[in-house]
Amino acid sequence: MTERLIQARDVMQSLPHAQSLGMIVTETAEGSATITMPYDTRLIGDPATGVLHGGAISALMDTASGAAVMCHPSAPAATATLDLRIDYMRPATPGQTITARAVCHHVTRTVAFVRVTATDADESRPVAMGTGTFTLERPPA
Amino acid sequence: MTRKPPEPVEVVKSRREAALARLVAGVPYIGFLGARFDRRGDELTAILPFHPSLIGNPAIPALHGGATAAFLEVAAIIELAWSSLWQDMEAGRIDPAAETFPALPKTITFTVDYLRSGLPRDAYARATVTRRGRRYATVQVEAWQDNRAKPFAQAAAHFLMPEP
Repeated sequence: MTERLIQARDVMQSLPHAQSLGMIVTETAEGSATITMPYDTRLIGDPATGVLHGGAISALMDTASGAAVMCHPSAPAATATLDLRIDYMRPATPGQTITARAVCHHVTRTVAFVRVTATDADESRPVAMGTGTFTLERPPA
Repeated sequence: MTRKPPEPVEVVKSRREAALARLVAGVPYIGFLGARFDRRGDELTAILPFHPSLIGNPAIPALHGGATAAFLEVAAIIELAWSSLWQDMEAGRIDPAAETFPALPKTITFTVDYLRSGLPRDAYARATVTRRGRRYATVQVEAWQDNRAKPFAQAAAHFLMPEP
């Protein structure tokens, strides 16, 4: 792993809100990132079923997407979410870790485009999928 | 013709507060975020008091986009559930202390627009139910901080309504 990818991982890993949700950056590659979030009863949205709240999954997917942008070969200095659309396909199975995989598939001078998928232990059936656009701040030339 | 006298205001208020508290307590994640709801009649304002654990970018510092999204989603879902049970609650058909309480709607899609970075301050949000059908509902929600006229994020959501 290059210096740049290690640095991007460490930055994303250090975000206070990501830490408070228990997120762990498990993989970074050129333009992609994988982040996990363990099941936690404090993050439940529906106590009757124990299913995690969509907001916690949104936060995970947003973080993974931002990480994918920071890992893009164009070496952005910083990024921020412009918009993110998430489709929730099924409830995440209670007790299972959620994994978000994000790919920054295109960048312009100022905007990065990302696709992101969230799965639980059954990786063949995603829990949620999203598409987002992010600001891209180029490093000073 | 005899008309039923209006209920004392304390009775009405305490019933509404109890129903809202029950609704909010039903979502542990709201407690994790630290969000609260302020009620004026049927109008709800979601409040997210600032806390360092909500920071995403320590350099600016700015609120985490995920925390903002979660706050908007919580504001939308509570507004939808609250306005859905309003009539039954006013008619006294819902007991906030009952064992079972109406189920919450489920999020189908959620689209957030980030308009400016979230400052390390308290945030507020108000949601509007654009359409409520038997099965699906559409909600718009907007969040602001110091200036109501300068929203820092907005979202549109579609929900699946609980079975009656």
